[in-house]
Amino acid sequence: MATTGEEHAGGLQIHPMDQFVVKPLFGDGPVYWYTPTNVTLWMGIAILALIALLVLSTRRRAIVPSRGQSVAELFYGFIHKMVEDVAGHEGLKFFPYIMTLFMFVFLSNILGLVPMSFTTTSHIAVTAVLALLVFFTVTLVGFYRKGIGFLSMFWVSSAPLVLRPILALIELISYFVRPLSHSIRLGGNLMAGHAVIKVFAGFAGAMGVASVVRVAGRQRSGLRLYHPDLCLSS
Amino acid sequence: MVGRDTLLAIFWLMVTLVVIYLVLSRIALPRISAVLADRKGTITNDLAAADELKQKAVEAEKAYNAALANARTEAAKIVAQAKAEIQKDLDAATARADVEISAKAAESEKTIAAIRDGAATAVAEVARATAAEIVAALGGAVDAKSVTAAVTARLKG
Repeated sequence: MATTGEEHAGGLQIHPMDQFVVKPLFGDGPVYWYTPTNVTLWMGIAILALIALLVLSTRRRAIVPSRGQSVAELFYGFIHKMVEDVAGHEGLKFFPYIMTLFMFVFLSNILGLVPMSFTTTSHIAVTAVLALLVFFTVTLVGFYRKGIGFLSMFWVSSAPLVLRPILALIELISYFVRPLSHSIRLGGNLMAGHAVIKVFAGFAGAMGVASVVRVAGRQRSGLRLYHPDLCLSS
Repeated sequence: MVGRDTLLAIFWLMVTLVVIYLVLSRIALPRISAVLADRKGTITNDLAAADELKQKAVEAEKAYNAALANARTEAAKIVAQAKAEIQKDLDAATARADVEISAKAAESEKTIAAIRDGAATAVAEVARATAAEIVAALGGAVDAKSVTAAVTARLKG
């Protein structure tokens, strides 16, 4: 009986990283940079979800909102207030841009929870692009608006003079590391989380099958119910 | 070297972000902001209207109270007037009745006095006649003069 159990454990085929493979949607040919793949599919689904969430739900422009419209207004109000609080009234120019990033990350993460789905934000290529977009936007806008004065951000004037060069170095490093940390935080979390979920889900299936097989085998062999081998081997 | 998958993901991400940006900035965000502004305007207008109506209600209440007070004083005036008129009528009627009563009383007194006088003379006559009959029955000569004098003297006594 113990060998049967081991056979099942050995036959346990869990491939937690398979879900991150980029596959072409049509055919099996080579993948070029423009090939429609599952990346394309799930980004497209994200766009459709966005349109359903923010455009279709508000098409009646009701003064008293429906459920869908109030969800759309909640998203709008949440990001609008955040941008206004952080960047001030002038910063609202960047509101559509920030809303784009937020909605994309939000919808991709939520859609990744659908079983058998492809999580686009689990790829560093995606999250790194998002992080670099923000990085370059901040840097370029900073230099455009403040000129060379933008660099005074690294020169902490409220610190003692002795500490300032050291702090400037630390600030500089943290500024350039930030896109890396942003992209790894999102992509790494999603990849690890989804891999773990896949492993657990695979265990659940394998254990379910194994338990049924053991009960059937036990009845056939006529062994006692609490034989130590039986308990340990599973 | 950057793999094909990476280039592909970057390309499609760019496409997606541009589409999302266009959808948001052209359609969704202006629409939602218009709806929110609309709602804010509606709420402000409604509040103002409600305030106005409240003001009106207060004024109406004031007017109502004033009208009520007016009506009260008016009613009191009317009541007082009616009372005075009734009092006047009553006084007149009482006076008339008093006059009538005193007239009737005087008449009655006169009648009573007449009856009393009549009674006194009748009594004297009857007494005289009776006395004359008694004297005659006792066998004395009836002297009309002396009988009358005696009866009159008795009646006076």
